[in-house]
Amino acid sequence: MSAATPASQRSLAEHFVEVRQQEEARTIGMWVYLGTEILLFGGIFGAWAVYRYQHGEAWREAAHHMDLWLGAINTAVLLLSSLTMALAVHAAHALQKKWTLLFVLATVSLGTLFLGIKAYEYMQEIHHGLAPFAAPIPVRQAFTPATELYMNLYFAATGLHAFHLISAIALLGGFILWILKSGLSADRAATLEILGLFWHLVDVVWIILYPMLYLTR
Amino acid sequence: MTTAHPQAGAHGPPGPAESNYLTDGTGLKSWLFTTDHKRIAILYLFSITFFFFLGGIAALMIRLELLTPIGDLMESDTYNRMFTIHGVIMVWFFLVPSIPTVMGNFLVPLMLGAKDLAFPKLNLASWWVFMIGGLLTFFVILLGGVDTGWTFYTPFSSTYANSAVTLMATAIFIAGFSSIFTGINFIVSIHKLRAPGMTWFKMPLFLWAIYATSLIIVLATPVLSIALLLIAVERVFGIGVFDPALGGDPLLYQHLFWFYSHPAVYIMILPGLGVVSELIACFSRKPIFGYKAVAFASMGIALVGFLVWGHHMFVSGQSVYASQVFAFLSILVAIPSAIKIFNWTATLYKGSIGFETPMLYALGFIGLFLFGGLTGLFLATIAIDVHVHDTYFIIGHFHYIMVGGMVTAYMGAIHFWWPKATGKLYPEWAGKISALTIFLGFNLTFFPHFVVGYLGMPRRYHEYPPEFQIFNVLSTAGSTILAVGYLFPLVYLAWAYKFGKPAPSNPWHATGLEWQTPSPPPKHNFHEIPVVTEKPYAYTAPEEEDKS
Amino acid sequence: MNEFRLFPEDASTMAGEIDAVYFAMIGFSAFFTVLIVAAITFFAIRYRRGSKASRANRVNSSVFVEVTWILLPATALFAIFFWACAVFLDVNRMPEDALPVYVVGKQWMWKFQHPSGAREINDLHVPAGRPVVLTMTSQDVIHSLYFPAFRVKQDVLPARYTRLWFEADVPGEYHLLCAEYCGTSHSRMGGRIIVLEPEEYSRWAELQAADETLAARGLALFNQHGCAGCHGTNANYNAPRLEGLFGREVTLQDGDSIVADMGYIRDSILLPKKNVVAGYKPIMPSFEGQLSEEDIFALIAWIRSTSAETEEVAAP
Repeated sequence: MSAATPASQRSLAEHFVEVRQQEEARTIGMWVYLGTEILLFGGIFGAWAVYRYQHGEAWREAAHHMDLWLGAINTAVLLLSSLTMALAVHAAHALQKKWTLLFVLATVSLGTLFLGIKAYEYMQEIHHGLAPFAAPIPVRQAFTPATELYMNLYFAATGLHAFHLISAIALLGGFILWILKSGLSADRAATLEILGLFWHLVDVVWIILYPMLYLTR
Repeated sequence: MTTAHPQAGAHGPPGPAESNYLTDGTGLKSWLFTTDHKRIAILYLFSITFFFFLGGIAALMIRLELLTPIGDLMESDTYNRMFTIHGVIMVWFFLVPSIPTVMGNFLVPLMLGAKDLAFPKLNLASWWVFMIGGLLTFFVILLGGVDTGWTFYTPFSSTYANSAVTLMATAIFIAGFSSIFTGINFIVSIHKLRAPGMTWFKMPLFLWAIYATSLIIVLATPVLSIALLLIAVERVFGIGVFDPALGGDPLLYQHLFWFYSHPAVYIMILPGLGVVSELIACFSRKPIFGYKAVAFASMGIALVGFLVWGHHMFVSGQSVYASQVFAFLSILVAIPSAIKIFNWTATLYKGSIGFETPMLYALGFIGLFLFGGLTGLFLATIAIDVHVHDTYFIIGHFHYIMVGGMVTAYMGAIHFWWPKATGKLYPEWAGKISALTIFLGFNLTFFPHFVVGYLGMPRRYHEYPPEFQIFNVLSTAGSTILAVGYLFPLVYLAWAYKFGKPAPSNPWHATGLEWQTPSPPPKHNFHEIPVVTEKPYAYTAPEEEDKS
Repeated sequence: MNEFRLFPEDASTMAGEIDAVYFAMIGFSAFFTVLIVAAITFFAIRYRRGSKASRANRVNSSVFVEVTWILLPATALFAIFFWACAVFLDVNRMPEDALPVYVVGKQWMWKFQHPSGAREINDLHVPAGRPVVLTMTSQDVIHSLYFPAFRVKQDVLPARYTRLWFEADVPGEYHLLCAEYCGTSHSRMGGRIIVLEPEEYSRWAELQAADETLAARGLALFNQHGCAGCHGTNANYNAPRLEGLFGREVTLQDGDSIVADMGYIRDSILLPKKNVVAGYKPIMPSFEGQLSEEDIFALIAWIRSTSAETEEVAAP
């Protein structure tokens, strides 16, 4: 999946011997980093599995508080953003500046849309007293402790995911400015490919979070 | 591959006044923003030396308090903060980074025959991130410290502790990124930057050890990060994920914590094992016995090390059957560890053994690591752990591995590569005295822990039953000797840097690509990328030739 | 209890078993320590640089040697290990017809309740020659109850029960300690375990006799908190009867079945929606905050006392 642009157009850092070596090093590096991200979220997935087992019925019932539709729409939005991301990388390797910018912009917009919907969902939950940390005591008592635990894990998991998405949007935003300021090159296409890997990871994490939190009811 | 590179054609001997990495660029900025792996190693050297002595001061305060059974030197709250500071600083700001960031940063590219690590900027970022985490920790200490112990067990840490837990957790979280950056850099470099001809089985064993260590770093550190993050989230926002009042499970936290912190033990010791393999081979003038067995043992330790975390929880309330599985797997770790010890011993056979300072450290290491490993088996024979869990027996065991093993190996490494890194020789007599002092002081400090531990003295006790006093007095006496042993090298190594005799490029007549560069090496290590044709450790004994 | 010694007192049936494993490990370790240190010393002297010993025919690897020095020690080690596992299972197998004691740990004291209704703080009296089972929970953080002279300890967790048993066999006073770090006064959270001859113990128990037994206090709480309104004989609401519940298998709403042990009863009082019994509506309110851990122990003791058989059930 590596460089489609000819090696001759690429710059080489002085401690590398050839472009391919440099390219592979960067790709391996990013994949290893993505592995660490999976393990970071792995802690949350693990916690979820343990509590699902320990709390049984109560845990399943708690999942009914999730807004299935908002979750589904958001999943679609993120999946679409992965598509535009892939198209952006493709365009960048062909050095098509206009298309690259357009697709990256689409990706950023879809990511932002996701965050907007997520924020609306949070507000709804807070409004209905489903956010234990923001709810007054009497409202809290309407829920079982297991529900409260569920909501806590939900906010921790989706919050961490949202933070990753914000970082990814910021990185892509920076990339757009960079391209606007000083143009697209083969090197920058390679950078975009690395950024794209990160974007896909954030997407994949949501693909796990969505069924885990919304669908297992 | 090499011939295509322009550098390979640049022949001609280097001039006498050639600049090296120490002289190439002066001023603070040239150091703080360097991307040269060797300079970053030196930055780390200064940083972790500072943290080592900071953690050491806390250790001495603990030992002084324990001179008497009653709490007379400090309040119990102060004492609790002392052992937390000692644990946090020593684990995350000395032991975990020590050999990888100092020796690893310096040596990995040199041993690979490369000009730098794969990602020099990431390497610099790793030091900066480390310093941010470290200084934040230092700031927390100035604020009054944290009283949770380095393990941050919930619900004490999440709900009951009244100290700067969140800030401390944040600091460790930040430092975790530094570890991860370093780990990624080593993995990629070892994969992609080996010199032509250096196949995996021609790599020095130090690189195998660093590779195994890096794998553990990248796989385990994120799990610690999420555990600490969830504690911080609970303290700051009230989003409790481990809160027992909601049906949350404090044991879940322990599982997540030890999923990192047990492999972290191997992060700490594996590089030490790598160093000792280098030293034993060099000073025996003999290839390491069973090279492949030793290399695979490192990988074996890394792998099995991920499956044994539950042995910290035999009396925690975890399932009895889970405990036995974890105990069985823990016993398995003994196998690769024993392979290393036996192979080092066999390497001595028919060697031509010299007793220079690094070798004294290496031999001391074998003894202390052996003892630490065997006492670890006591804990894995699960019935004994019911009695000695959370007592000084455990303290004795892991200090034999961490201090007796790891710090000894680190000292050996510093002495072995000092001439290469600084271009100066240190006085050999001083090195030998310090090695012996450390060995004696260490044993006096920590051997009594086994006795008082089996007697039943729990760890983290500010006051203790009076009949345990004699063992604590012995231990405190030993710790003062140990302190002298650690301070002395600071003096003579600093002296040597300024006034020592210039070092030749290969003072120990060692093999390994790092010794083919001048001492100290030039900025880009190699004028020509070397081509590796020989197996590692192609040593011969001078006596061998005489006889045959 | 406060005299100098190099090896701890042995005051329970378990202590000897654990010490035996310990000695076996000392033997194993001593053998290998001596072997390796002797080998290193011998090689270091014989093959010191410049010595005249022959260096001919150096060998750099041998699969046979590697396999041998892995297999032989491993065999010995695994033998000790499986023996240790058997002892570990003994430590964790709760004996039947043991004397129950209920333990609540809090920062920084231990509270003990005897079935007779007697209560103690930090000191615990037990008879020699009779197994004792401690059922333990914590009011706040994790603690760990530790008896060095018996060689046993068990962590004590909030919101769940853990159990520990021993059979003391030598009368005397021994240390009772907290082994899990629990905050400021962790090192002072302890006292004595006092082992008495059986007759002396009965005398002590008589002197301590409270106005009501623990079970009687449980029944009083049952009425006082209105539990009888649903669970009693003339109840207005339909709720399961609790007499004889202890140790029985209960079928839950989702079809699973669960043994009604102490942990189940505790959960049913504080987290009633966690395990709803089949055929009943989930209408029971939580008594979180209204009942202390000691109260819950009293209720459990009462429910236990109503069972024909008060035998122990599987570990929680």
